[in-house]
Amino acid sequence: MPDEKKKKIVKTIKVDVDKCNGCRACEVACSALHAAPPYSSNNPARSRIRIIREPLKDIYVPVYAGEQAKAECLGRDKYVIDGKEYEECAFCRASCPSRDLFKEPDSGLPLKCDMCECDPTLEKPLCVQWCLVNALTYEEREEEAEEEPRPEDVEVSVEALVDKYGLEKVLDTMDRLSLSKKG
Amino acid sequence: MRYAETGYNLEIDLTRGNIERVETDPRDTELYLGGLGTNAKLIWDRVPPDVEPFSPDNLLIFGAGLLCGTPATGCNRTIVSTISPQTQLLAFSMMGGFFAPELKYAGYDKVVLRGKSPELVYIWINNDKVEIRDAAHLAGKGAVETAELIRQELKEPKAQVAAIGLAGENRVFFASIEQGRSSASRGGIGAVMGDKKVKAIVVRGTRDINVSRPAEYMQLCNEVLQYIKFRNENPIPGVMPILAGLGSPQEMKVHDEKWHTENFMWGNSRLRRKDFWNEEIAQAWAETLDSMRRRLISCYNCPMTCGATIAPPGRSVYMMKCFSKLTYTMAAMSDLEFGLGIAQSATEYGVDGFSAPQVMAFALELYEAGILTDQDFPGMPADNEGRFYWLLDRIVRREGIGDLLANGTYWAAKEIGQGAEAYAHNTIKKHEQLPLKLSMLNPIYFLMYSTGEKINITQIEGQFPQAPFPTRAERETFVKDWFQVPDDKFKQYFLDWEPRGEKSMPFYPTVQMCCDIVDWQEKMHYIDDALGMCAGLSSFPLKPPYHIHNYPKFISAGAGIAMDEEKLTQAVKRYRTLVRAINIRRGMRRKDEKPPADHWKKRFPELEKDLLDTYYRFKGWNDEGIPTEESLRELGLEYVFTDLEKRGVYADSGDTPPQGTGAQNEKEV
Repeated sequence: MPDEKKKKIVKTIKVDVDKCNGCRACEVACSALHAAPPYSSNNPARSRIRIIREPLKDIYVPVYAGEQAKAECLGRDKYVIDGKEYEECAFCRASCPSRDLFKEPDSGLPLKCDMCECDPTLEKPLCVQWCLVNALTYEEREEEAEEEPRPEDVEVSVEALVDKYGLEKVLDTMDRLSLSKKG
Repeated sequence: MRYAETGYNLEIDLTRGNIERVETDPRDTELYLGGLGTNAKLIWDRVPPDVEPFSPDNLLIFGAGLLCGTPATGCNRTIVSTISPQTQLLAFSMMGGFFAPELKYAGYDKVVLRGKSPELVYIWINNDKVEIRDAAHLAGKGAVETAELIRQELKEPKAQVAAIGLAGENRVFFASIEQGRSSASRGGIGAVMGDKKVKAIVVRGTRDINVSRPAEYMQLCNEVLQYIKFRNENPIPGVMPILAGLGSPQEMKVHDEKWHTENFMWGNSRLRRKDFWNEEIAQAWAETLDSMRRRLISCYNCPMTCGATIAPPGRSVYMMKCFSKLTYTMAAMSDLEFGLGIAQSATEYGVDGFSAPQVMAFALELYEAGILTDQDFPGMPADNEGRFYWLLDRIVRREGIGDLLANGTYWAAKEIGQGAEAYAHNTIKKHEQLPLKLSMLNPIYFLMYSTGEKINITQIEGQFPQAPFPTRAERETFVKDWFQVPDDKFKQYFLDWEPRGEKSMPFYPTVQMCCDIVDWQEKMHYIDDALGMCAGLSSFPLKPPYHIHNYPKFISAGAGIAMDEEKLTQAVKRYRTLVRAINIRRGMRRKDEKPPADHWKKRFPELEKDLLDTYYRFKGWNDEGIPTEESLRELGLEYVFTDLEKRGVYADSGDTPPQGTGAQNEKEV
């Protein structure tokens, strides 16, 4: 096999909290684009980006919705940066049971940022386009994709399981798993 | 389905504690748009002229503009309308911030308050759930402090709060309503809120606002954003920096205050300090601003960063608006450090940044003149800055002399007598004005000062340059990309306008041209006030992104109301005339329509008479400024004519005011 590593494009939004003016245009643009049909309605509560905003404490953190967390996590972290204490979960992207962020207001279903890969995919996420103060900037970078695991590595792992549970149990389990994956 | 608007008002009877969600008539939206337009209709219909400002029958309306909550950049204004305790006329101050969109998302276009609550309360609007809650624990709290306390107690950090401070609670005639980084300050509407015993309105909404033709609407929004970018990169050459860009004057950004400090008046709008600004002051003021300013901030959905969070040493953080930066400094003949410090107190107390400093400077002038004496100021400190803090405390508590001063310069002077009236020299229709005193009559400004019913020059001026450019070449450059004009004739007016000679002020622009110019400028403000657009992106700056040519498209695609320039112009004329009719019915007449006597040194009585006569006719008003039967019928306002005639308004020149409310009658406080 040729020794060529796979490449993938990683889309990122760089958030400069010092430049954020707290106007929430990003929330407006996001919720408008993701309405059905697009732009037919607007509602920041549906936005996949939200600004954690406490003007009197000078806290402005735009946060993008990430993966859903089905349960609350153990840690409720607080961050102190430049003497400013950020509320717990301020930087967390999860839609989770401990807060009302990133949930559809009617159904409670989790929201997740799709980088505006809708139809048609936008050149830059709309929130970035609407952020004229440049708190949000779009960056693409190329990364090497993780290599496929080598077959012998898988073999080592399965052998360890056979050692532990016996071949029969492992085979039964494999059957059940493959059935449920298909089903 | 209703587009852009929700189609519902929240009607709250504070006396009985009754709350109703009332569907509105879509035909009213077509006729009066929304915001100020439909507010004015409600006041005309429901507040007869004998209703006093502090009567339970006075309404206090928080109206979100028609397009608030849609993606239109900068569309975030709440228009607060009521009868003003100071002017006795319609007050329709507005505030930016975050309140109006939140109210729309909660499902309402307006909150209409009537009656009076027996105890201090706040109103909590959370989508469909609306409560009147006890606010006894918030009595006496600052406006900013109140907002924070309420958010904490409701555990709703995203709720938006419009609150009054001590000044509103004590019905100070220039009390404001503070909200977000904004406030509705002019006309004393905070006093009406305090009189109704409402400490705050709190709102949280998570509903959709729909637009009629989505793709088209978004395209219009994107064009506006692109033009804002263009204008930010291309300031207008040849005008002072605050007029070169968009937004409200960028007071929080600029360090160079030479123009304001040397052209605006100091003290009680008395002293012009032509050589004030020097390097030493420039450096000291820059240090002050840099050390206290934390961040430049914006209202909802707007990139303009016109405001800032300010942290004066030893005081809590507040959000500064616009020219309050200098009004206290200049009234007290002090420096920026003092100004930014006392503005923190003023924001918490909730007072108007134009009236409050002027009232205090007026009081100290009366003291120097011996009209007020030591007996009136027991315990007042000796230094000027200390005196301002002392006076502010007395005013918002209505203690001692503060009780008189709390009614503003006009009513206070009347009560004090002994020639005090001459010191209340900077009011129009009893309302304190910007501290400006100039030399040569500007005929355009004469008309705007005289007839502007928001009674504040910044709320009527804007589209046409304030002064001619020195050379024809500069004027030619200016008009080249001036597509915002409603008609090309405005370009010609400006091209021919010379600083000196035959075509210069006061006789050029001609009377007829002045009518056109004033009408255009005023029209843009009235459109903004109905749609909820910030004047800083529309009616106030030169060459704005919103104008008479794209507004009809926004209304059509957004609200689904077929609209063109002609129909929009007619709608604006309709509710603008209704505002006038409300005030005429309350006794306003030609005699009230004049700038402060000392505003200009060089006056031209015959020209001024001609200007006013011609403008009144141009607007469809008679010689007393009363809308004529013909013009009312043309606008579909027959019901207004019938009412005015029934009340004998056309026969009344206003020499006998319909009621004598004001300072004397309001001593019960």
